[in-house]
Amino acid sequence: MNQPAPISIRNLSVFYGDLQVLKDIDLDIPARKITVIIGPSGCGKTTLLKSLNRLLDDSERVRIRGRVVLDGEDIYAPRTEVTRIRKKMGLLSQKPQVLPMSIRDNVAYGPRIHGLRSRRELDKVVGNYLKLAGLWEEVKDRLDDPASTLSVGQQQRLCLARGLAVEPEIILGDEPTSALDPASSQNVERRLMELKRDYTVVVVTHILRQARRIADYLAFLYLGELVEHGPAAEVFSDPKDPRTRAYLTGEIS
Amino acid sequence: MSGVPDGRLARRKRTDALFRVLAAVSAAFVIGCLLLIVGAILWKSVPALNLSMLTRTPRGGFYLGREGGILNAIAGSLYLAGGATLLAFLLSLPLVLYLNLYKGRDSKTAVWTRFSLDVLWGVPSIVYGAFGFVVMMALGLRASLLAGILTVALLELPIMSRAIDEVMRLVPRELMEASDTLGATRFETAVKVMVRQTAPGILTGVLLAFGRGIGDAASVLFTAGFTDRVPASLLDPAATLPLAIFFQLGTPFPEVRQRAYASAAVLTLIVLLVSLAGRAFSRRYTRHVVK
Repeated sequence: MNQPAPISIRNLSVFYGDLQVLKDIDLDIPARKITVIIGPSGCGKTTLLKSLNRLLDDSERVRIRGRVVLDGEDIYAPRTEVTRIRKKMGLLSQKPQVLPMSIRDNVAYGPRIHGLRSRRELDKVVGNYLKLAGLWEEVKDRLDDPASTLSVGQQQRLCLARGLAVEPEIILGDEPTSALDPASSQNVERRLMELKRDYTVVVVTHILRQARRIADYLAFLYLGELVEHGPAAEVFSDPKDPRTRAYLTGEIS
Repeated sequence: MSGVPDGRLARRKRTDALFRVLAAVSAAFVIGCLLLIVGAILWKSVPALNLSMLTRTPRGGFYLGREGGILNAIAGSLYLAGGATLLAFLLSLPLVLYLNLYKGRDSKTAVWTRFSLDVLWGVPSIVYGAFGFVVMMALGLRASLLAGILTVALLELPIMSRAIDEVMRLVPRELMEASDTLGATRFETAVKVMVRQTAPGILTGVLLAFGRGIGDAASVLFTAGFTDRVPASLLDPAATLPLAIFFQLGTPFPEVRQRAYASAAVLTLIVLLVSLAGRAFSRRYTRHVVK
């Protein structure tokens, strides 16, 4: 059963100054699946991910060409409201970035800026999303402690809860486990596997084993070019392009 | 270790020991200087220091008073530095947020603004005084608390801005992105994330500027003037502690010169107390800072 693709990337090119880091990317990211973007360092994985919620806009030297269509709307169209686009996506960064406030306020931050005021409602939201991120049991008695007192693995799950609290449709992960210990990584992976039932998940990783564990759909980027993409099982077992084959066997990295 | 000759290791160890001594001596020198200055001022001020120094305005006889106190200068300095610091803060905070959040830290605007602030930082305070005087004349304003506040605010602005700016530049871009990705506007990110994260640095910048402002004599010489009275309005002239010290030390009377040291001790204590109070206050707000 095929879901309609909620993100369509069409002819997307990104330039840093004169350097073209993404070259005419065309990719449909399927809903309610985990799409994993793999490729060697510097191939443009993170740039591709950040282009999805317009995090690249803030740098003066970046030029973007092409379209990214989300729910039938081009997010780079001049009239598109950037904060509304971002609200639709939660981002997990490489190193978890908790906000300088309490655990509770980290989760409540998003709902608050989007207008939720009632204390009772906020408490409910905080509880729900901490549970969904698998952190509730560990922090329920210390919600007012600074978020920075959590372990790095807990901080990443807090970031997940915080991202989910703005009720996004899409979860983006930029090597979300690269700063975590193995147990915490596994925990985050398990969360993503559960979350794909209700969200579209896009994860960038350079860990092939992780890609094998979680990917439903796979995209291989090499030197800014989308070399190959397709259902993960197919790409892993029968890569069409010699560069994909070389990467999967570890000949290029 | 077989390949390394013993002599070389011994020499490296000697260099290390030598440097350690040098570092310790430098640190001791700095602390010694501080103690010496504070000690000397307190020592010299003891004969003149009493409660009426703090609670009364000058009276009796000589110019600047042999009796009474320096309440005029204490109040004048606090009003002036307080007002100037507040004004400088109201300008500095939006300025540095603009540079760090709205313009991009390494944008041309940011680079040029920083350069201008650095130049302003280096401008001697007497030049601010002269500039303030020119502006006063043009506006038809007399030497007053207001003119002093405006001039000292200008003097404090580059110090405060650059001190805060240096702290904000260290905030990882990803922290701001984290707020952005939740759909926050720039203003929300600025106030709820940037300011909270850099609160201790902001406070340090404010205290640094306050210390510079309350201690400066040259910028207020022509702009705030001097008076024996506590200023009752912004348009009254205001006495200041640095100028009180200057005038008192310049008299031929030993009793009055002694009072100069008492004024200096009061000035030093004010800066110390404000710093300590600021630090105690900031501890409440730094609990959440992300390391």
